[in-house]
Amino acid sequence: MLNLFGRSQSREVAKNRLRNVLAHDRADTSPEFMEHLRADVMRIVSEYVEVGGQGVDLQLQSVEDHVALVANIPVKQLRRRGRPGNN
Amino acid sequence: MGEVIVITSGKGGVGKTTTTANLGVALAQLGLKTCLVDADIGLRNLDVVLGLENRIVYDLVDVVEGFCRLRQALIRDKRLEGLNLLPAAQTKDKTSVTPEQMRTVTEELRQEFDYVLVDSPAGIEQGFKNAIAGADRALIVATPEVASVRDADRIIGLLEAAEIPPARLIVNRLRPGMVRKGDMMSVDDIVDILAIDLIGVVPEDELIVVTTNRGEPAALSHESRAGEAYRQIARRVRGEEVPFAEMDEPAGFFGRLRRIFGQA
Repeated sequence: MLNLFGRSQSREVAKNRLRNVLAHDRADTSPEFMEHLRADVMRIVSEYVEVGGQGVDLQLQSVEDHVALVANIPVKQLRRRGRPGNN
Repeated sequence: MGEVIVITSGKGGVGKTTTTANLGVALAQLGLKTCLVDADIGLRNLDVVLGLENRIVYDLVDVVEGFCRLRQALIRDKRLEGLNLLPAAQTKDKTSVTPEQMRTVTEELRQEFDYVLVDSPAGIEQGFKNAIAGADRALIVATPEVASVRDADRIIGLLEAAEIPPARLIVNRLRPGMVRKGDMMSVDDIVDILAIDLIGVVPEDELIVVTTNRGEPAALSHESRAGEAYRQIARRVRGEEVPFAEMDEPAGFFGRLRRIFGQA
């Protein structure tokens, strides 16, 4: 991805910047999107742990050249065996 | 009964009007009755790109306000049987037409024409809402630049929200030499990011400047690479399967020579 002068090619830079900006645009223009994602993450995670406090905090963050989906989930305690349905 | 297609982009300056004019010419060349509608009220441009600016008597706003009948406002292109223009008003603003009125106009036009192409203004405000109001489907024009693709993505979202069937993409002003050098996003890059179907790729072509200067759309002549691309898009619009030519190979000996020396 580096050219003779050690710079990354602008095509790759453009793609990364676009993916980054579009992730935020799409999340911003569709609040339901993040709300649905949060609800689904909450549903799966709570099969394994007892979630404390306000529940799942989900955010898109830009980290260097990519977008990260960062979750902060307060844990009250782990369930003994995971998926309660399998007990 | 004809089909109403809106040509839109979000960002300005990416070639909506040039695309509308050339696609209209190419459809008329296929023997299809085509009407081009300039929905950019206040910033009328389609007439000059087509070279029909001296023949305007009435415009879209005159029709909507009842000063004339729709038929009286249509300009027939004398160079090409079947090509017609409904010009925008130059002195009014975008609020002088409502989406409901626009729908009425396009409904009337589709009774008479095979294709009604609506040239949308840039932006996502009233003018855009008017342009998409009566559309059965949409073509999105984007150039291989971050800002253009970003705006195209926003437009795709708005078209989905308006329940207009999935739009198809025209990648405009592609420079294959720059793509090869890694200095321009490729068609695949853009299609991958936007996740919509491609309907055509128009290469950068200096002849577009020349033909636009003259008011003779490139698709009228057979010398222009861009014109050829528009003719292919026209055939895909009417449902033909037209293979996508490999844009990576500049034609002929000089093309290969230029490629060796790394120029577009």
